[in-house]
Amino acid sequence: MENEKQEYVNFAVTARKYKTLLTKKYQNRKPWVNPSAFDIQSIIPGTILEIFVKEGEVVKEGAPLLILEAMKMQNRIEMPFTARIKKINVEVGLRIPKDSLMIELEEIAE
Amino acid sequence: MTLKKNILALRQKKAIVEKGGGDKAIQKQVAMGKMTARDRILALLDADSFHEYDLFVEHEERNFGMDDKVLAGDGVITGTGTMNGAPVCIYAQDFTVMGGSLGLKHARKITKIMDHALRMKVPCIGINDSGGARIQEGIGALAGYGEIFYRNTMASGVIPQISVILGPCAGGAVYSPALTDFVFVVENISKMFITGPNVIETVLGEKISQEDLGGARVHAEITGNAHFYALSEMECLDQIKELIALIPHSNQHKAVSVEPKAPKATKNIENIIPADPKQPYDVREIIYALADDSYFLEVHELWAANIVIGFGRLNGETIGFVANQPMYLAGVLDCDSSDKAARFIRFCDAFNIPIVTLEDMPGYLPGVDQEHAGVIRHGAKMLYAYSEATVPKITVILRKAYGGGYIAMNSRHLGADFMLAWPSAEIAVMGPEGAANIIFRKEIMEAEDEDAMRQQKVQEYIEKFANPFVAASKGYIDAVIEPLETRDMLLHALEVSKNKDDYRPAKKHGIPPF
Repeated sequence: MENEKQEYVNFAVTARKYKTLLTKKYQNRKPWVNPSAFDIQSIIPGTILEIFVKEGEVVKEGAPLLILEAMKMQNRIEMPFTARIKKINVEVGLRIPKDSLMIELEEIAE
Repeated sequence: MTLKKNILALRQKKAIVEKGGGDKAIQKQVAMGKMTARDRILALLDADSFHEYDLFVEHEERNFGMDDKVLAGDGVITGTGTMNGAPVCIYAQDFTVMGGSLGLKHARKITKIMDHALRMKVPCIGINDSGGARIQEGIGALAGYGEIFYRNTMASGVIPQISVILGPCAGGAVYSPALTDFVFVVENISKMFITGPNVIETVLGEKISQEDLGGARVHAEITGNAHFYALSEMECLDQIKELIALIPHSNQHKAVSVEPKAPKATKNIENIIPADPKQPYDVREIIYALADDSYFLEVHELWAANIVIGFGRLNGETIGFVANQPMYLAGVLDCDSSDKAARFIRFCDAFNIPIVTLEDMPGYLPGVDQEHAGVIRHGAKMLYAYSEATVPKITVILRKAYGGGYIAMNSRHLGADFMLAWPSAEIAVMGPEGAANIIFRKEIMEAEDEDAMRQQKVQEYIEKFANPFVAASKGYIDAVIEPLETRDMLLHALEVSKNKDDYRPAKKHGIPPF
């Protein structure tokens, strides 16, 4: 183990802090971000096949947003609730990884 | 003299097949820094002990121009030999023969030697170096893989199965090693992945090298797929020899005992652990101070370093050690460390190796990533493994034993046979700070000086509960011992449990939280 190169840090487990080294995996972990309901993210990596909506448009719950082709399947991504399309971050033919922000929504002003 | 002629013909025929893919392919293999399949077998086994089976087996594929292709041994060498004088079954895929690709006959040679190993109750060692399925054979190759996986599963817990990854091992091929007990990898040579860099780039546009995706270091440190990591093939083969010398050759045998030796570690066992429970140390120092000849073969050294597992000997007999490692992540339990320890405990139990648990652990690792990664499910594996095990189970609490972790680390309540604690042990429902904050919340809040009151209450809690005597007064700890007495106590406990017989209800099999 290459602990000579590492530094002991204060590491909190419940109320007490311990002096210890961190593993590479722990250091590389992704911090948790609370996902917004207004962000439409890809649940699987794939390619955008078709986009049915435009920015600024109000779209009803259940209406199709786009087709994301992944693992030879055409996944129809639907509107989770009625809202306005604020921004579309993808275009037809684009290959995207998992968890990419495809479409941003905004509330309809009353 | 026809016989003489036949003998000469046989020798000639053997010499050709033993060349594998021929001189040019062998040169290429060596240029990649790799040994040939045959040299690997010969280097691993006792001198002159290898006996080859199925040298003349040929493939039967007739499509895609395969009908006129001659593949020496169908790309795999199989046979039996000895290690330290004890028999083993072995196979090595030959990358010089059509990239070591796996066709049906290649697979059938492997399953034949696996069947043999299971029937003869000897370990089975597989050396993997293959480009994957032989695409020309189509479904035949898939059938071959499946038949190997089935046998890996049947042999699991009956004979030790060892996988050595000395080249590519991709796609379906990775699952045989994953089903076996110990996987060995070598830097720059081993590559394991389900989908390779090319597919990942085509589908996702993500560019990654084979090494970064599934190289030796990745599997030894990040995924935990590999148990042993070496910098060269020779070092890897030496590690296998070491392991084979320590483990029983089947679940009906005992590991070979050796001459008992006193530990040679010179560090006084009383001086290893810092007095301040917040300060780290290397728990392997404790193992060196306890084990015969201070010898310890660590398994999964790089992965989940917050728990240490491996084999050593006490009084000449093989022992499995499980120890929290305060040097890494304060020795917490988490998804990976639970997974790592649980599988090791089940190996020890299956092969009748007593387990010594050394405990110094502040609790489970807090964090959203841990909870969402399933620390409940993974943590439960450890409870299951310890509870299920019927081998002698001995725990020594060195320092911290808090909360759920105290239960998980082979507590009396999970069926430990011997519970020992050092005077430095703190056996409590949680750390003193946390406990005082909850129990004396009202007093602390109502005090004029909250911090002073908190400090006072923490101190009170430490004096009353952060010790081994509360647990000892309830009989959860059998003895509070001095560190210097530990080795003698372990030797005695093993002596006492020599004929241990533990009852388990009849069942087809349990359902551990995989």
